[in-house]
Amino acid sequence: MEEQVTDAFRAETRAWLEGNCPPDMRGPIRDEADIVTGGTRWTPAFAAQQIWLDRMAARGWTVPEWPEAYGGAGLDKPHAKILREEMARIGARKPIVSSMGISMLGPALLKYGTEAQKREHLPPIARGDIAWAQGYSEPNAGSDLASLMTRCEDMGAYFAVTGQKIWTSGADKADWIFVLVRTDRNVPKHFGISFVLIDMAQPGVEVRPIKLISGRSPFCETFFDDARAEKHNLLGTLNDGWNIAKYLLTHEREMIGEVFGAMQGRPLSEIAVQSLGLDADGRLADSFVRADIARAEIDALAFMATLERVTDQAKAGQGLGAESSILKYYGTEMNKRRNELSMDCAGSDALEWDGSGDAARHWLRSKGNSIEGGTTEVQLNIIAKRVLGLPSA
Amino acid sequence: MSLVLSDEQVMLKDSADGFLAEHAPVAQMRRLRDEDAPDGFDRATWALMADMGWAGVLIPEDMGGVGLGMVEAGLIAEAMGRTLTGSPFLSTAVLGATALVRFASPAQQSEWLPRMASGIALTALAVDEGPRHMPERVETRATRHGNGFRLTGAKTFVADAHVADMLIVSARTSGAATDADGVTLFLVPANAPGVTIDRTRMVDERNAGRVTFDTVDLTGDAVLGAVDGGAGPLARVLNAGRAVLAAEMSGAAQESFARSMDYIKQRKQFGSSVGSFQALQHRAAHLYTETELGRSIVLKSLKALDADAPDADLLVAAAKSKLGQVAQLAAREAVQLHGGVGMTDAIDIGFFMKRVRTAEAMLGDSNQHADRFARLKGY
Repeated sequence: MEEQVTDAFRAETRAWLEGNCPPDMRGPIRDEADIVTGGTRWTPAFAAQQIWLDRMAARGWTVPEWPEAYGGAGLDKPHAKILREEMARIGARKPIVSSMGISMLGPALLKYGTEAQKREHLPPIARGDIAWAQGYSEPNAGSDLASLMTRCEDMGAYFAVTGQKIWTSGADKADWIFVLVRTDRNVPKHFGISFVLIDMAQPGVEVRPIKLISGRSPFCETFFDDARAEKHNLLGTLNDGWNIAKYLLTHEREMIGEVFGAMQGRPLSEIAVQSLGLDADGRLADSFVRADIARAEIDALAFMATLERVTDQAKAGQGLGAESSILKYYGTEMNKRRNELSMDCAGSDALEWDGSGDAARHWLRSKGNSIEGGTTEVQLNIIAKRVLGLPSA
Repeated sequence: MSLVLSDEQVMLKDSADGFLAEHAPVAQMRRLRDEDAPDGFDRATWALMADMGWAGVLIPEDMGGVGLGMVEAGLIAEAMGRTLTGSPFLSTAVLGATALVRFASPAQQSEWLPRMASGIALTALAVDEGPRHMPERVETRATRHGNGFRLTGAKTFVADAHVADMLIVSARTSGAATDADGVTLFLVPANAPGVTIDRTRMVDERNAGRVTFDTVDLTGDAVLGAVDGGAGPLARVLNAGRAVLAAEMSGAAQESFARSMDYIKQRKQFGSSVGSFQALQHRAAHLYTETELGRSIVLKSLKALDADAPDADLLVAAAKSKLGQVAQLAAREAVQLHGGVGMTDAIDIGFFMKRVRTAEAMLGDSNQHADRFARLKGY
């Protein structure tokens, strides 16, 4: 019975996707022009991007697992999985990619938001109308995030926010930003933090992109100078922001781990065979590279199996919390290793900076994987303390 | 193919852990070693295991077994890895049972399987001919002789050879030493004239044997499967053994890791628990991550074998290769984290390193399986 229902859903989904996914929105993402972020500052690089976004949003399929009332389709996990599988089958791209609204703020609003907050903020995220940035790190609050100092004063009718955030991904293209602010300086650092939502279209907010070693600027500095945050845009209760932040960090670590673990792109061995060729016995011509790649691909397989096991356990109601740190830790380290091996294979070809320069840029960008979202060292601390129960110094 | 255990599998795991903690803890292995027990395992414990259905875990019910699958066999082996329990489980219940259940004639099956399931008959797989596992290289020869065959050659590192009632032997019936075709599997009674078995006690205190076949006469009934067609069945049997051995290594890795954590929490230096030092914490966290990856790939490979999945061969190569790395890292770190006492025979931690090193060499080591993985992927 249940299988018949899901079979019908699969058939219907397949037919709809085939009929509605524009040919230009199929196949892997090639470059930055292919990245659809949504929001008022984004303009489609080609018409099919907007068409696909609107069609998917109309069905609630930009955020299939969110409730229908907030712009989703209310799909349970098995149905959402079928949708993902059917999209993958025809190579349909996600209608919105790298959206902080969908991946980060959405889950926080669904868990901690009031009904009014959900109705105000979730549907525009689902439609791709509003893009969000995340304001967490500060110049002096990186691994020690809870020491953040961005000030938030209660002005009676509203909050006034002053301070500086850094590594705010995509802030130059975002409409709104969710920010961790200090609302009480007279209590231990974790207990004086609040989580506020700020409209970036105001004079008190200034954004400066940061140029990275990859030559690109996916991150920004964001400055707040008496920026106004409405009282109704406080998420959760005053001074309880650290709990929300922790929830999102756990979520982000899982997500980063998954993203890097499941990293699309060509298998390493394929890149190696193309660059180095096969010898007379049909083996990769450089035996040292062959061994490194075999080990890396085996580890990747074991990592994917772990991801699968963790997901299946969560579905079976056996929770996961701090264990997600192993995904962030391993997934990002694996991606760095993958990029190093890919550089090993491609030799001088990969070093050309002009033209696409993609291999070198990806390699350089990957170095941030084990820094952002909690460094590798912080992840190892978390595993040691929360999972293994090792004592504090 | 969900990567969680069913309720029944969780029960089996719990009962296996409970049984082994009571009847065959690491102390049993130490006692067998100290007594220089000739069998290398405890027959009374094996009889109890057979009563619980472990000897017949892979044998169908109509042949006296309990008809479960590779995941269940892996759970039992993983539990045995935690207690370092030596038993004929791998040789008889996994390698022998897989060979006979899948490839034997009805007559061969009814002769052997009920007695294997009840724990009475033991088997050993005689494949290796040199210090490294190269099952595709077969120099042991079986030549046609009358209605049967005449077997000549030598095998080494044959686990449980000295206690086996029957040997499953790969021999060349045609072609050159490294040809893929031309290998035949034979069921050879251990007491057949011309068979000599020398017990070799290994570093892990378990027993293997060198087996020589000096013009051993076999009837045609001794052939397992098809003449010259042994390579495929042998590969399947070996994969069952590799995945289960990887599960045992996973159990040993988890246990040596858990013992190390207990130790660094209670050991005090410089006025505090050494487990509070970040230099050790980061190594511990890395090791934990590796053991979790190991558990995942083992489960995945066992499930693939149960499903006869097309990528089962690849996953088994990945699992045996990965567990070689994980279990040896866990064992080496365990000795180091225990400090000086880790070097002593008085505590058990060194046993884990010895067992894991032996399991690493058995049925192909981490490097060989990484190479096999690459070959299967076309590089």
